[in-house]
Amino acid sequence: MKTDELISMLASDTLPVGLRGWRRRFGWALAGGLGLALMLMVLLLGLRPDIAAAVTLPMFWVKLAFPAAFAAAALMMLLRLARPGLALGYTGFALAAPVLVIWLLAALSLQGTSAAERSMLVWGETWSACLISVPLLAVPAFVLLFGVLKTLAPVRPALAGAAAGALSGGISAAAYALHCPELAPVFIGLWYLLGMLVPAALGAAMGPRILRW
Amino acid sequence: MREGGLNEREAVLRDLLLRGMAGDGAAYHSFLKSLSAHLRAFLRARLINMQDEVEDLVQEALLAVHNQRHTYDPAQPLTPWVQAIARYKLVDLLRRRAGREMLNEPLDDGLAVFAASDSEAADARRDLDHLLAQLPDRQRFPIVHMKLEGLSVAEAARACGMTESAVKVGVHRGLKALAALVRSSHENG
Repeated sequence: MKTDELISMLASDTLPVGLRGWRRRFGWALAGGLGLALMLMVLLLGLRPDIAAAVTLPMFWVKLAFPAAFAAAALMMLLRLARPGLALGYTGFALAAPVLVIWLLAALSLQGTSAAERSMLVWGETWSACLISVPLLAVPAFVLLFGVLKTLAPVRPALAGAAAGALSGGISAAAYALHCPELAPVFIGLWYLLGMLVPAALGAAMGPRILRW
Repeated sequence: MREGGLNEREAVLRDLLLRGMAGDGAAYHSFLKSLSAHLRAFLRARLINMQDEVEDLVQEALLAVHNQRHTYDPAQPLTPWVQAIARYKLVDLLRRRAGREMLNEPLDDGLAVFAASDSEAADARRDLDHLLAQLPDRQRFPIVHMKLEGLSVAEAARACGMTESAVKVGVHRGLKALAALVRSSHENG
């Protein structure tokens, strides 16, 4: 086929182009991913029984705000990585900022503690549950976000996959925070972060295979 | 070959694309026509040792631009969008050929995609007609009637015995399926 024929063929596709549709699809994927993560958390793990008392603790809100801020930054990156020709700008700093803040809080909380106290702050009582649950609760958002990404055109598929994974991890960690009894900033800055990085790494590995166009 | 500055060329092409996406078929046709010349010059300058591949890649990039035009944000300049697509397809080809041929020119952004234009099309090596023949009838018939016979949507609908909206959807989905066939032909060969 000659290129001129191809051009005529392409020009005969007159179906209207929806420029906003993909934003709506991202919105549905986020809502669905968060809803399913909350549902899985309630059904499999349960809300923490003392939630009414916990909401009065500042650390409860820090524990929610950290993954929420991480997810918001990952979403900003994803919206740029999903389409050709957009620079990442300062979104990398936006992703690093919540991590730096929680590490700062963690460093302050370790000041003047004994070795035994420090070990308690780092490991908590539920580190392994956190490390397993956060990636698991991220599965629905991960699948839904990859579904939307497949309808778009990421030119850096590994990074786009990583951003989608980080976003699903952030959503999941926020849902998990409503179950988790831990309150130490060290715990959150370590295990929550690792839990969110598991889907991000998986997304980076899967992106180049799945997101070809 | 410089007719007007790059900014002017960007503005003209962008205007044609936006009118095309709003339903102006003639504007979209001339957008694709000048885009193909720019893509050809851009790719020809980067595939010095693979001139045979240029026209195939021009066609692939055109299909990609068409099928991904919903990812173009009208608030965004057109040049980086087109250039990112052209580079993506170029890198994809170079990866497939890695080991056989060396990358001739590093992938710098020194030469903008709209800087040069080349309307001398060589023959494509991959025959899209052959891939087109593999599409299901409900996609192939509308495409063939509108492309080869230059029929309007209404005429094509009569010729295919389909409704007008089925013809439009058939063309649209058929072009997406064609790009997927091109992709799987890379993986198998």
